[in-house]
Amino acid sequence: MSLNIIVLAKQVPDTRNVGKDAMKEDGTINRAALPAIFNPEDLNALEQALRLKDANPGSTITLLTMGLPRASEIIREAIYRGADTGIVLTDRVLGGADTLATSYSLAQAVKKFGNFDIILGGRQAIDGDTAQVGPQIAEKLGLPQVTYAEEILDLKDGKVTVKRRLESGVETVVAPLPCVVTVNGSAAECRPRNARRIQKYKYAVSPSEKQKLSDELKAIVDARPYLNLQEWSAAYVDADPEQIGLPGSPTKVKAIENVVFTAKESLTIENNDTEIENLVKELIANHTIG
Amino acid sequence: MSNFYTDNPDLKHHLTHPMMEKIVALKERNYTDAEKFDYAPFNFADAMDNYDKVLEVVGEVCGEHIASRAEDVDHQGPHVENGRVIYADGTKENLEICRKAGLMGMAMPRRYGGLNFPITPYIMAADIVSRADTGFENLWGLQDCAETIYEFANEDQKSRYIPRVCQGETMSMDLTEPDAGSDLQSVMLKATEQPDGTWLLNGVKRFITNGDSDIHLVLARSEDGTKDGRGLSMFIYDKRNGGVNVRRIENKMGIKGSPTCELVYKNAKAELVGSRKLGLIKYVMALMNGARLGIAAQSVGVSELAYREALAYARDRKQFGKAIIEFPAVYEMLSSMKAKLDASRSLLYECARYVDLYKVYDDIAKERALTPEEKKESKQYSKIADALTPLAKGMGSEYCNQNAYDCIQIHGGSGFMKDYACERLYRDARITSIYEGTTQLQVVAAIRYVTTGAYLNLIKEYEAMEVKPELQGLKNRLIELAKIYADVVEKVTSVKEPAYVDFMARRMVEMAADIIMGHLLLQDAQRNDSFTRSAEVYCNLIQSEVAKHAEFIANFSLDNIEVYKQA
Repeated sequence: MSLNIIVLAKQVPDTRNVGKDAMKEDGTINRAALPAIFNPEDLNALEQALRLKDANPGSTITLLTMGLPRASEIIREAIYRGADTGIVLTDRVLGGADTLATSYSLAQAVKKFGNFDIILGGRQAIDGDTAQVGPQIAEKLGLPQVTYAEEILDLKDGKVTVKRRLESGVETVVAPLPCVVTVNGSAAECRPRNARRIQKYKYAVSPSEKQKLSDELKAIVDARPYLNLQEWSAAYVDADPEQIGLPGSPTKVKAIENVVFTAKESLTIENNDTEIENLVKELIANHTIG
Repeated sequence: MSNFYTDNPDLKHHLTHPMMEKIVALKERNYTDAEKFDYAPFNFADAMDNYDKVLEVVGEVCGEHIASRAEDVDHQGPHVENGRVIYADGTKENLEICRKAGLMGMAMPRRYGGLNFPITPYIMAADIVSRADTGFENLWGLQDCAETIYEFANEDQKSRYIPRVCQGETMSMDLTEPDAGSDLQSVMLKATEQPDGTWLLNGVKRFITNGDSDIHLVLARSEDGTKDGRGLSMFIYDKRNGGVNVRRIENKMGIKGSPTCELVYKNAKAELVGSRKLGLIKYVMALMNGARLGIAAQSVGVSELAYREALAYARDRKQFGKAIIEFPAVYEMLSSMKAKLDASRSLLYECARYVDLYKVYDDIAKERALTPEEKKESKQYSKIADALTPLAKGMGSEYCNQNAYDCIQIHGGSGFMKDYACERLYRDARITSIYEGTTQLQVVAAIRYVTTGAYLNLIKEYEAMEVKPELQGLKNRLIELAKIYADVVEKVTSVKEPAYVDFMARRMVEMAADIIMGHLLLQDAQRNDSFTRSAEVYCNLIQSEVAKHAEFIANFSLDNIEVYKQA
């Protein structure tokens, strides 16, 4: 059975290697100081999609990303690893979106995309760390969602069986298709870029990138349909201007502070049930937990 | 995030050598593959971009994955179960990631599923892989054996075996036996022809790297009653057919992740490669030249790691109130390590480029007759490649051992403990000057280029190359060293006594190698200022080396040999 798979991904600043100039004076991210990378958990999601494709020959994987035009870089990265093609949802009016506006915009893009069997995405992006966009898209599309997925165990007869990684252990759930699955960082690492695919797809470009190519390369891209990535605007996905970008984002950043944690006092307790119980009671009493 | 290609700009410097334009145009037959294969380049820039991008993947796979598993692989190692080799877990993962990244069969033509890379970028990948895990470089690097199938097997065999290598099946070259190590003419493994034209192999092979591979190249005695190299032929044994079991694997000092096997052949079905009787004298000789270049690359990879580990430690370690890198004894050691690393790497890629050129002409000659001009060129390149290969292998492996030694020295007592990578690379380095021909055998291979004047001619060509005014001083010194070398060679050869030449061979070969590497570093500095320091340090180093050898020879007469002879 061949599947039509959508992988949601985001190009993010590499917050894992943050230097002192990572934040601007006003507390926003200094994107110029941080390299733009493929959001790590979206790579975990891509690997799950690639495994579905391995098991179901003839399947297609489309990467869907919202961001700046340069986000097509991660589409190429995905194609080098085995994805088929990709769409960049990019438009000035989409800028400044919070998770609500982002999930609305992406849900509109998915509607425009049409039929699909499953949507996979990373649990969360390392820039915002909200883990909201995947679940919100599922809600807006009226689809079942499986979060914290660690492995897709099986997909057949219109159902997908997923192992979830929870704080307390693992849980195996079955969901009807189509559905949205968000994948945890503990899932299998994504396979490497493939040497042959790199050579085949390195000139894959979006329409705006194509304009900047030499005539020679343009001719090559024209002659090879698989080198043409898609670029969609807000209007193309029939997005309501009031629900996208800044106007569609109820989240307002009031202030951002640098917080340095310092331990002011410490408490040592014995490793026995009584002491632990007393500590828990105290923490509940002072509203630290509970 | 570490990437062993992008963190080392020296690699790109060698990749972008001016000779590449010619190599790539020939290799790509003026880019005609672009019409047949969607991943073939359409011009030189496109091809170079492909190498660059693929090497970046090699660098990432090595820096992020293979290197981090090297210690575990070294500790766990492979083992034998029921006659089969079970790799260390990390080795299995390494092979898997290389397969997925499509890094197998890199130099094979596209029609067999390869990447059609020239030798030079392929060897660069070997250099990078070796830095990550020297033992794994052996397993990965045995894809070289496909080259022998490509050059000498028939079309049917090529189309059956090469695609499997490109898909990631591993290979081995089963040459040595308990009584046939350096002396391969003594190989006894018996090959018996069957009525259907296939062969059965019986006997024992020893010290076979990756001996439980999927596809073996086997040297065996096909001519009953013969005792020398002319009775040996080359065979392919396919593991799927069965008949070869692993009796044991060696417990080695280093490259412990790479299984070294003793193999027992019992009526193992095999097929002949090429013509009978040419197994050793033609095919193994070709195979060995490729393998030696591979070991040269492996050596450079180890040298690189040794230098980096030593440098990092010397910057970090403080004694007497300052980092030890500030002490002359330490920074001199480090700069010599870097100079030897740079020198051996320059020689490696110079050699690789000439191998590329003559091999590509050989390959074109299968499609059409070469023009007289091309034939002449090809012969010339082949001669240079043959002359440089034993130097690259011999000197590269000796330098890598010296660098591994110095790396431990810089670590001091900590280096003697199992806590740092330097102890592993010290053990891993040791084999490079032994296998695929010991350094002493590289000297045997190289001495004819001393006595025929081939090295001197090559040196003259380098002397004719232009350098910037600021490098002229170094060049003048190299010219003086060449004169000393020429005088020494003249003195030794004029005695007309083979034993005397043999006795002095190592010294003369080293002198030639030193001067050649000196010129290569000068040419590197000509293109890229970052090599100027190494060129100068290396010139200082070899000036005393050349003088030392010259002095020894000047004070030595033929009858002095007696005092050295051991019973």
